[in-house]
Amino acid sequence: MIKVENVNKSFGTLEVLKGVNLTVAPGEVVVVIGPSGSGKSTLLRCMNYLEKINCGRIYIDGKLIGLREINGRLLEAPAREVYKMRADIGMVFQRFNLFPHMTVLENLIEAPVLVRKISKQEAAERALKLLEKVGLSDKANSYPAHLSGGQQQRVAIARALAMEPKIMLFDEPTSALDPELVGEVLAVMKDLAKEGMTMVVVTHEMGFAKEVADRVIFMDEGKIMEEGIPSQIFTNPKHPRTREFLSKIL
Amino acid sequence: MITSFGIVWDWAFTIKMLPLLIKGAGMTVTLTAFAITFGTIVGLIIAFLKIIKNPVLNYLGGLYTWVFRGIPLLVQLFIIHYALPVATGINFEPFVSAVIGISLCGGAYIAEIIRAGIQSVDKGQMEAALSLGMSYSQAMRKIIIPQTYRRLIPPMGNEFITLLKDTALVSTITMVELLRTAQIYAASHFKPFEMFITAGLIYLMLTTFFTVIFGKLENKLAQSE
Ligand SMILES: Nc1ncnc2c1ncn2[C@@H]1O[C@H](COP(=O)(O)OP(=O)(O)OP(=O)(O)O)[C@@H](O)[C@H]1O
Ligand SMILES: [Mg+2]
Repeated sequence: MIKVENVNKSFGTLEVLKGVNLTVAPGEVVVVIGPSGSGKSTLLRCMNYLEKINCGRIYIDGKLIGLREINGRLLEAPAREVYKMRADIGMVFQRFNLFPHMTVLENLIEAPVLVRKISKQEAAERALKLLEKVGLSDKANSYPAHLSGGQQQRVAIARALAMEPKIMLFDEPTSALDPELVGEVLAVMKDLAKEGMTMVVVTHEMGFAKEVADRVIFMDEGKIMEEGIPSQIFTNPKHPRTREFLSKIL
Repeated sequence: MITSFGIVWDWAFTIKMLPLLIKGAGMTVTLTAFAITFGTIVGLIIAFLKIIKNPVLNYLGGLYTWVFRGIPLLVQLFIIHYALPVATGINFEPFVSAVIGISLCGGAYIAEIIRAGIQSVDKGQMEAALSLGMSYSQAMRKIIIPQTYRRLIPPMGNEFITLLKDTALVSTITMVELLRTAQIYAASHFKPFEMFITAGLIYLMLTTFFTVIFGKLENKLAQSE
């Protein structure tokens, strides 16, 4: 479903990703952990081309993202193609990024109507179902500013799902939340994983990783240092850096 | 009214001249209306050049603001009304020169206000919109720009008041508006005291009107958010 091949990414002279390789199978839930600044967010952002990569390739659903291969040469893909690919990849941000000038319902129907070209009515029907799923049916006509952080993040997840994506990327979805609100967001994510959504989740919630992840990836200094099933990574990490990191946060 | 210097405020003269001053004020308001309209159009275009993802257009936008904010409006008016006709042979009516001058200059400031408004929207908004598959222009139109409206009102209100006050400068290119009217009768009747103070008070009334209107508008938009 996702194939990251030898990806390098630099900001100016700062090399943030140094040859990352990663494959995510359909329906797989991959949790990415690692210290601050190790490049976790950057990796996610490269996957939907919010950041351009310097070299390497990323395939989503078999298609090269952001680039186009013509006679063995790599060229930048037209913006239109990038937009189209992003529509199939949902992204949930640490700081929710709901549209503050729109109601919850409008947040959910804007992109499907604009991008998928479905009718407002159909989009609204789907949106209400999604809101029910994340337990916020009664908030359809509220503005984001009137919701708690946990509610906002659940709306953000529903907004991403409204596009019917094939993949969901989560960048520390619970880090900006008060501890008592973390559970409700993780619960929604667990349901999503059970339904077979392909997910890449950057998180510090080790409980979630142990329970839901098919695979855990430890990143450090722009590289994937270690990967494995949760029980192996958490109980028997091989790499000393993984051990060090886990001892700090567990 | 008698001042400490023994000058007597001539009420009869002031009242006699009031209709003329009000007529001049009418021209000031007309000029302001034209300047706001065209200045906003220019401002939108220049702001667009500055935020679009195109280095050449960005540069042109930057060049525009650099020139029109860097040269005093009075000099710009002289260039448009007196200097350019020498080169081009095209003479503008004072009114036309006045509207062109104030609009071009005001547009540079309005462009900056709009650009700053757009840049004040959190970066995460654009990213969220793009991640949902929206194009850059869809994201701009539906997500970013609507969030700037309320933030634009106070600085735009200020700018419109500045434009109104700047119309006084066009009295120097023989445009007969409020200040020029006051000047003419102050000179011909030796009554600068009455004429200029009355003109000043009329300007004050006009700018106060703007301030009140924009205050109301801001409150109204604040409620709907
Ligand atoms: N747009 C940018 N311009 C310059 N440097 C950047 C940019 N984005 C990220 N960086 C740098 O890249 C490095 C990796 O950042 P990234 O956000 O991917 O780390 P992270 O693993 O997500 O960390 P955190 O746990 O703090 O979120 C950091 O040193 C960061 O300062
Ligand atoms: Mg991060």
